[in-house]
Amino acid sequence: MTALLSIRDLSARYRRDGVELLALNGISLDVEAGERLAIIGESGSGKSTLALAIAGLLPRGARIDGTIDWQASQFQTPRSGEIGSSVAGAPALKVGEGDDDSAISPLAGEMSGRTEGGAKDRQPLHLRPIGGRDVGFVFQDPSSSLDPVMPIGKQIAEVARTHLSLTWPEAYAKAKTLLERVRLPDPQSALRAYPHQLSGGQKQRVAIAAAIAAGPRLLIADEATSALDTIVQAEIVALIRRLVAEDGMTLAFISHDIALAATLADRIAVLRHGELIELGETRQILNAPRHAYTRALLDAHLGLDADPLLDRQGASA
Amino acid sequence: MNAPVLAVSNLAKHYRRGGQPFPAVDDVSFSIGPAETLALAGPSGSGKSTIARLVLRLIEPDVGRVEFEGADFLALSGAALRARRARFQMVFQDPLSAFNPRATVARVLDDPLRIHGLASRTERPRRIAALLERVGLEAGLAVRAIHEISGGQRQRVAIARAIATRPSLIVLDEAVSALDVSVRGQILKLLLDLQRQERIAYLFISHDLGVIRAVAHRVVILDAGRIAESGEARAVIANPQSAIGKALVAATPRLNRTRP
Repeated sequence: MTALLSIRDLSARYRRDGVELLALNGISLDVEAGERLAIIGESGSGKSTLALAIAGLLPRGARIDGTIDWQASQFQTPRSGEIGSSVAGAPALKVGEGDDDSAISPLAGEMSGRTEGGAKDRQPLHLRPIGGRDVGFVFQDPSSSLDPVMPIGKQIAEVARTHLSLTWPEAYAKAKTLLERVRLPDPQSALRAYPHQLSGGQKQRVAIAAAIAAGPRLLIADEATSALDTIVQAEIVALIRRLVAEDGMTLAFISHDIALAATLADRIAVLRHGELIELGETRQILNAPRHAYTRALLDAHLGLDADPLLDRQGASA
Repeated sequence: MNAPVLAVSNLAKHYRRGGQPFPAVDDVSFSIGPAETLALAGPSGSGKSTIARLVLRLIEPDVGRVEFEGADFLALSGAALRARRARFQMVFQDPLSAFNPRATVARVLDDPLRIHGLASRTERPRRIAALLERVGLEAGLAVRAIHEISGGQRQRVAIARAIATRPSLIVLDEAVSALDVSVRGQILKLLLDLQRQERIAYLFISHDLGVIRAVAHRVVILDAGRIAESGEARAVIANPQSAIGKALVAATPRLNRTRP
């Protein structure tokens, strides 16, 4: 397998309440092209920070060290206008450091802003992915990722228009096809619906349609089913599995739920306190975890075959 | 058999949605005995949380009867209702939104003791320390602000506040759903210890059948406001009869580990 992206010694620091927080600590990890990788961990493990770093969405003010290198051959056509600057010695983009004017950090590929002794080898600019085109991102709460006052058809069409250079009519046709693909009932009239008219599960289907509208190589789902009930969660996981297979996308599935992650993933990465604790094939992680923390996570899972905590003697009714 | 702590009969609540009456809760009856855990399960919109609000009298039902410790709970008002409410507590999913985040832990635990007249001003610090110890927290935590402590600690404080008035029933509305799995197990064990020692009944609302199977004696599965099926928790989950029960079991993720 070839790596879609290679993460090396990635660290991320935030300042919160005047205290510096090491959110990621020396993560090295290859995401293979076409694989379904689950990144799991508890709160504060750094799993969402890692997802945002891969997508280049870390907030300004985050200090990032290390590199995220994207495999050139995995990209779509180079973007016009940027090829010219793809020579060695391209201007160094510092990532999210204090005075940087960019609202969000530039997309990955150049993460060595703090490297001592100046610039490392940098990836040419055209090898950096574009959010929305090369990376699709699905967040936990579709109510906050969708615009409440824009019809959903337009929100999806906008992505297709921006990244695929389509006209509006073409983009709307694409949006309708996407709503069919995510199995939203009555796609034609759904184009004109607003997010508040949809259920939580339907909104997440729309968010997924927007995320894949430009045909990204990588789909990142960050706790995308955590706010949904069990039945809708299973439907959305099945939808993600189908879309990833149909489009040949690579999937990064971020979750706190190891059992849910295992239903979908080829490999599982376990994060704790910002460190990559263990990485392996799903079957190995489940049946032969090497790290005590992974074992503890598995043992803490209350499945339908777990030993009940309840002492039956206490029953009274 | 002991007299039930809580007996709910023919409870119904309709809302209007798009001009049409829409049954949030429709003809629901169940009872909970002392030291028993009854779980309410079901998908979003099945009526779980509406039932919790109805029995707590945060909202009033259209029809139905709620009997708490043998008294008609819906007929109580004023001082009699307040006195009875001390025996009937609740813990929600997110204690950060249930508490004033800037209040100290001591303040949060002082309130019920003071409001219900359970301890004198001089006695209260000792009672607060005892409550913290009871839920596995250090007495030193009392001076910390609610927003400063971890989610697991906060949920322990919520439980300490709930047991401060020596209730016979606690409504737990998705009380462990937001916790990390490693913390969740500890909180569930704490709840079971308290139940055994103080004979507290729980109305345990959860969307997670794995958790319900681990801690509940009986389960009621709801669908669109109605009871789809009910029975002994492990038996129902092992062999669900209703369509919604089957769908919930089928949708619950499984680890499929090969057992060593």
